[in-house]
Amino acid sequence: MGKIIINKERCKGCMLCITFCPKGFISADKKLNKKGVKPVKFEENPECLGCSMCAIVCPDCCIEVYK
Amino acid sequence: MKKIFSHPKSLRNISTHYCSGCGHGIAHRLIAEVVDELGIRERVIGICPVGCAVVAYDYWDFDCSEAAHGRGLAVATAIKRVRPENIVFTYQGDGDLAAIGTNETIHAANRGENLTVIFINNAVYGMTGGQMAPTTLLGQKTATTPEGRTSLMQGWPLKISEMLAMLPGVKYVERASLDSPGGIIKSKKAIKQAFENQINKVGFSLVELLSACPTYWNMPANQSLEWIKNSMIKEFPLGKIK
Repeated sequence: MGKIIINKERCKGCMLCITFCPKGFISADKKLNKKGVKPVKFEENPECLGCSMCAIVCPDCCIEVYK
Repeated sequence: MKKIFSHPKSLRNISTHYCSGCGHGIAHRLIAEVVDELGIRERVIGICPVGCAVVAYDYWDFDCSEAAHGRGLAVATAIKRVRPENIVFTYQGDGDLAAIGTNETIHAANRGENLTVIFINNAVYGMTGGQMAPTTLLGQKTATTPEGRTSLMQGWPLKISEMLAMLPGVKYVERASLDSPGGIIKSKKAIKQAFENQINKVGFSLVELLSACPTYWNMPANQSLEWIKNSMIKEFPLGKIK
């Protein structure tokens, strides 16, 4: 079981983490952040593998992974 | 639960000025992770380029110096010769290393300076507004090639890594790609090898990273990674060149 924490204020909304999450647990948030972009959000799920794919592709180092 | 992935210590915990989906952020993080893993944070000196990464010294939490456009390897040579105990690397884009700085690059490589070069190839000039770079692909539309680059007018994409690999002073050249998690892991391995080479006094090492520029490729971030995979890698094959 894994979990990620997203720094939503730093997120620039490139959505690469959504593309590479093998489980599809990351999606775009409806609420804008201070930058004026839609950040991503994570839905906690015991099936999250903690594989770190999202964190590896994140260009802004917004994601912390726990396992 | 244990934290298994977070911000490397050598990267400041701040937001960068890079566009959404830009490959520079990934490259900065990989270098910071390698510096942390090798335990050389107190010894390393980075030379920042002119280009989008011009303020990279604001993002890395270790010593950095700025060089005039293209002159990164000349500055790095001076620092390394005066302070041979330091680990000196340059971080340069295609316009910096392969256009205005070709002279400095080729001669530093030919002298076999014990330096590490991280070469970011995104096939376009980012900072100045998306003009054609030496590495722009044939047919690629940029601000200065609105109909697409043609070999008749602008010549062919410059393969500077292959050119440098021919020189006897160059000991290690590898091309990797920041287009997928697998590619990013391989890129990190190559960066680590290039730094280890300098620590072990092997000689001139260069890592070319194919990196996305969604803004000036006029596509969303995920499509720009596809474009690296489908177009760029065909022109710039990955792997160890030397």
